[in-house]
Amino acid sequence: MSAPRKLPRWADLGLLPLVSLAAALLVSCGVIALLGESPVQAMRLLVSGAFGSPEAVGYTLYYATNFIFTGLAVAVAYHAGLFNIGCEGQAYIGGLGTGLVCLGLGHLSFWLVLPAAVLAGAAFGGAWALIPAWLQARRGSHIVITTIMFNFIAAALMTYLLVNVLINPGQQSPETREFAAHAWMPAAGDLPGRLGAAFATSPLNLSFVLALAAAAALWVYVWRTRWGYELRVVGQNPAAAVYAGISPGRITVVAMVVSGALAGCLGLNELMGSQHRILIDFPSGAGFVGIAVALMGRNHPVGIVLAAVLFGALYQGGSQLTFDLPRINRDMVVVIQGLVILSCGALENLFRAPLARLFGRVDSK
Amino acid sequence: METYTIIVLLLAATIRVAAPLLLAALAGLFSERSGVIALGLEGMMLGAAFAAAAVSAVTGSAWLGLGAGIATAVALALLLGFACITHRGNQVVAAMAINIMVAGLGPTLALGWFNLGGQTPQLDGPGQRFMSLVWPGADAARSVPFPGLLYAELLSGHHLLVYLAAALVPLAAWVLYRTRFGLRLRAVGENPLAVDTAGIAVNRLRYQAVAISGVLCGVAGACLSTAASSGFVRDMTAGKGYLALAALIFGKWKPYPTLGACLLFAFTDALAARLQGVALPVVGVVPVQFILALPYVLTVLLLAGFVGKAVAPLALGTPYAKEK
Repeated sequence: MSAPRKLPRWADLGLLPLVSLAAALLVSCGVIALLGESPVQAMRLLVSGAFGSPEAVGYTLYYATNFIFTGLAVAVAYHAGLFNIGCEGQAYIGGLGTGLVCLGLGHLSFWLVLPAAVLAGAAFGGAWALIPAWLQARRGSHIVITTIMFNFIAAALMTYLLVNVLINPGQQSPETREFAAHAWMPAAGDLPGRLGAAFATSPLNLSFVLALAAAAALWVYVWRTRWGYELRVVGQNPAAAVYAGISPGRITVVAMVVSGALAGCLGLNELMGSQHRILIDFPSGAGFVGIAVALMGRNHPVGIVLAAVLFGALYQGGSQLTFDLPRINRDMVVVIQGLVILSCGALENLFRAPLARLFGRVDSK
Repeated sequence: METYTIIVLLLAATIRVAAPLLLAALAGLFSERSGVIALGLEGMMLGAAFAAAAVSAVTGSAWLGLGAGIATAVALALLLGFACITHRGNQVVAAMAINIMVAGLGPTLALGWFNLGGQTPQLDGPGQRFMSLVWPGADAARSVPFPGLLYAELLSGHHLLVYLAAALVPLAAWVLYRTRFGLRLRAVGENPLAVDTAGIAVNRLRYQAVAISGVLCGVAGACLSTAASSGFVRDMTAGKGYLALAALIFGKWKPYPTLGACLLFAFTDALAARLQGVALPVVGVVPVQFILALPYVLTVLLLAGFVGKAVAPLALGTPYAKEK
């Protein structure tokens, strides 16, 4: 068998993810049918639940904000040839940094709190990624395994801190006191006029804009700077990088710290924007959604933003399913998420070869 | 006497916790020694736990449940093989996909079929669970502290799958080191090209390895939902698949050291349960979370080469392309 033909760029970036998504949705529809519900009605409810009203759109974009941060985090590590499964833990610890700033400086002006919270979130998240990165670069320990271990260590550490140290005295549930109002991220509902009124009941906030800015900054970093060039060289050919005088170890550390810092920004949206306190397990799987988002978005910022909105829609639409279809709940979305990772990430060769053959046939005519 | 009883009970709890961990770690052993990363243990185990509990609840037979658990885990293992061996997809991505998919699929199917909020019905009928086996004379021996209590608590009183897990360690060691299949399996994880040159099908061997890991994960999952507890609940593996992988690494990809690692990790778990809120002399109350995080910290330290050295199978994670 000859090597599969190369796909045109637009098909590689646009068509392949869509085919993979369609396959994932098809299997999900099979599961829905198996449970005795109508797949068509379920999909219709998903879409209307996600985009049917301004409030729904607000929720969709609010979830998407988390996924943009974690998706970018997975992508930047991927460009350096690293697989960061530790975004969940990095987001958790990063949120601790953001939360501590909000608790400590919340009485000051918001414009002082915001940069401090961003820096603290990024620094805490980056530091949590630094240890596995350093261990990979200097001691050769496999980063996939160490980042998984660090997820569990982060969870244990945060449970300890929230139960024993940071808990609001006189309260049962392990969460901190509420942040002072100056540490609340401005919500979309605060916007003047009709726009504000439309989003008034959704948790959409300024973090969405910050996430888009992070996506733009990442594009500049990866494709328009010398550092990004070095990052991609190491990711594509570490041996060539060494000949070019680039140290793969240094790039590993830099890429993972940037990755952890991006994941660490999740707290801006989740804690400053919505919960206004630190609580147990607030990343609630967003770190893993980031894997799906990065794979589906082809590790490109534009693709990641689009994929994040798609997953935001699935999460928001999925929570609406429960009301209308008693036999289906939000877990269905986790199934779709797993199927998307499988079809976009692991089975892409399954779809790539037939597509390439199809294009080959069209070309030769 | 009091301390002695506590220690014996602690060790008995360790054995109970270690059983599913050990089964999953042995599953990982076969998979990783053949060169396929065993990150999917969590998902295979969780899928099996659901299938075993669901079938046992419907049919009233724990044995049919066990069969369903094994079938489910093997199916997931073959799906993993299809993605990673046949289509040479990224093994880490495929395994994470399966873990995430199963984490959603279990509660979804449970809700759709049983309508109990994502759980399976409580398994309390006769024969729906693997119950503790009381060895002859165990109850009478209990009153004699030594060796009666040891006999009654450590040897007797576990469910069947615990004994099975213990018996599988020497069996796994024998298969890996004393059979032709085991030799080929280890070779394919180190140097698939050499195995291929010798005229042995690399991918077939790897499929066999992941299928074995599916069978073992199936038993591990059934152990969780139909023996250690009575039914499936959401996320009931709670990271045990990853912990098993850590134990496998801590055991340096060898059967007996892996058994030791599983016992050590299970002991920290049993210890944490017992030390909850207990003030110790000198150190005071030790936070449970620190004890629970210990296995992960130890594994990281080992991987970093600070505690001994772990060398993974050479070809671990690389798909084999024959035409190259």
